[in-house]
Amino acid sequence: MSRVLPVLTVLLSILVIWYLGTVAMNARWTLDQAARAGQEVGVVDLVRDTMNQRRPVLPAPHQVVIELYDGVFGASVTSRRSLVYQGFITLETTLWGFGLGILLGVGLAVSITYSRTMELSVMPWAIISQTIPIVALAPMIVVIAAQVGVQDIRIPKAVIAAYLSFFPVLVSMVKGLNSPDAMQVDLMRTYNASNGQSFWKLRLPASLPYLFASLKVAIAASLVGTIVGELPTGATSGLGARMLIGSQFGQPLQTWSALFAAAILAGGLILLVGAVEKAANRAMGVAR
Amino acid sequence: MTWLIGAIVFWLAAWAVNTVLARRASGRWVRLVVPLLFGVTILILWEGLVRGLSIETVILPAPSVIWTQILASTGTLWEDFVQTILKGALSGYVMGCAAGVLVAILVDRHPFLRRGLLPVGNFVAALPIVGVAPIMVMWFGFGWESKAAVVVAMVFFPMLVNSVAGLSATDQMQRDLMRTYAASHVQTLLRLRLPAAMPFIFNGLKICTTLALIGAIVAEFFGSPIRGMGFRISTEVGRLNLPMVWAEIAMAALAGSAFYGAVALIERRVTFWHPSQRK
Repeated sequence: MSRVLPVLTVLLSILVIWYLGTVAMNARWTLDQAARAGQEVGVVDLVRDTMNQRRPVLPAPHQVVIELYDGVFGASVTSRRSLVYQGFITLETTLWGFGLGILLGVGLAVSITYSRTMELSVMPWAIISQTIPIVALAPMIVVIAAQVGVQDIRIPKAVIAAYLSFFPVLVSMVKGLNSPDAMQVDLMRTYNASNGQSFWKLRLPASLPYLFASLKVAIAASLVGTIVGELPTGATSGLGARMLIGSQFGQPLQTWSALFAAAILAGGLILLVGAVEKAANRAMGVAR
Repeated sequence: MTWLIGAIVFWLAAWAVNTVLARRASGRWVRLVVPLLFGVTILILWEGLVRGLSIETVILPAPSVIWTQILASTGTLWEDFVQTILKGALSGYVMGCAAGVLVAILVDRHPFLRRGLLPVGNFVAALPIVGVAPIMVMWFGFGWESKAAVVVAMVFFPMLVNSVAGLSATDQMQRDLMRTYAASHVQTLLRLRLPAAMPFIFNGLKICTTLALIGAIVAEFFGSPIRGMGFRISTEVGRLNLPMVWAEIAMAALAGSAFYGAVALIERRVTFWHPSQRK
């Protein structure tokens, strides 16, 4: 509990800096307006005006909160203006990408554990694949998918999300599947266990804590992938598209609220995966 | 048809060679030859599939077509490379990483701040910070400055978290030893704690290489001058000039790998004492 006070202090000081920044960055516009109207602006008026502009350079925190509130509760859930609607689209793709990433990561990890050829051939390329900025591929994946005849816009986005999220799963699953020590493997051999049996009864359970530890990283990566996939050509819905539209039509508040909605979504997903991890570790008897 | 069969035969043969190599041979060259052969196989399989099934260039160009495109447009590629990688990504990377390490050193003196900043930093590092790209483009304009700003925002928190973790990597005994030498805070920092933090700092630096490239390219989707990798990719996709897109992607992949490799190489020189670097 000793962390609560320091964290609150840090958050509070961020808020203070933000408000100061709002005044500093929006002051120019207010002063220009006043000069054009031939008026003098007092300090109080200046501060009040900078925090309530319609198209601020840096919106004040309360403006973002109000916009968020409007987006979540002000519009009906099925309307395109609702952040819940847009967030749900992003969430759906994120989860698809996450699932795909887990499947790919675990599958590759299993084949790498059992085949040295796979380990030597694939592992270096898996590492290199992560140094490639996948976002470069994003617009193209969307276009190719459309030409191959995949009409569903979610599939290319999920592919990008999966590409970003499979790697942490792969790395920690390889570690996890190899975590049983020689003694345990020998014990399985004395039981005359087949390869399959020792996989299901020893290696897989032993790897689960490693898997869960990587899932938090994977879900965050998957969300980033989805948002990036929503930015380029074609995407018109989802939080990423909201940010893009907000910036193109000069609606900074829309961009900011979409950004914070994405942050809240990310936070929720990470907390959720963390809770599942904790529950699974307790069920598996992992000491904490 | 011959292309298709040839590619598949080559694939099977290469796989057989790799299996034999993986089982029989040992030594460092195997770790180099096997993945190389695998990469070449993928390229040949790709070429064979595209030619054999006569897939249109608009969907997937063959590697040879992409290579021709790269040779034909080295000037453009170089211009984009300078704009995106050198001006946008690299300058932002240096600024963001330096800021992260400096703030970590400052924060480290005050346990109160550290306990407050670390959870916040950990949380923010997991957020989709690429989203600030439109805001930065609005603030700093279409030039490379806005790209550098996005990169700074993206690399700062991972760098901060890793550096703070690294600075607490020394154990009590080592710090006590420095105290018996009557070493000042700065001396302890320079002689003991910063060197001990280097493996963590380099871990952060390596993670940030990829983030920097992603940030620089994504920011270009929101507005850029008429050069840069992100700009070229999004406009050429619009014109369905896929070979050019793939050429840019190949350049991005090469730049990303080289960037990562360079940092890993420096890491090997700086942290030669660490167990993970021993041969």
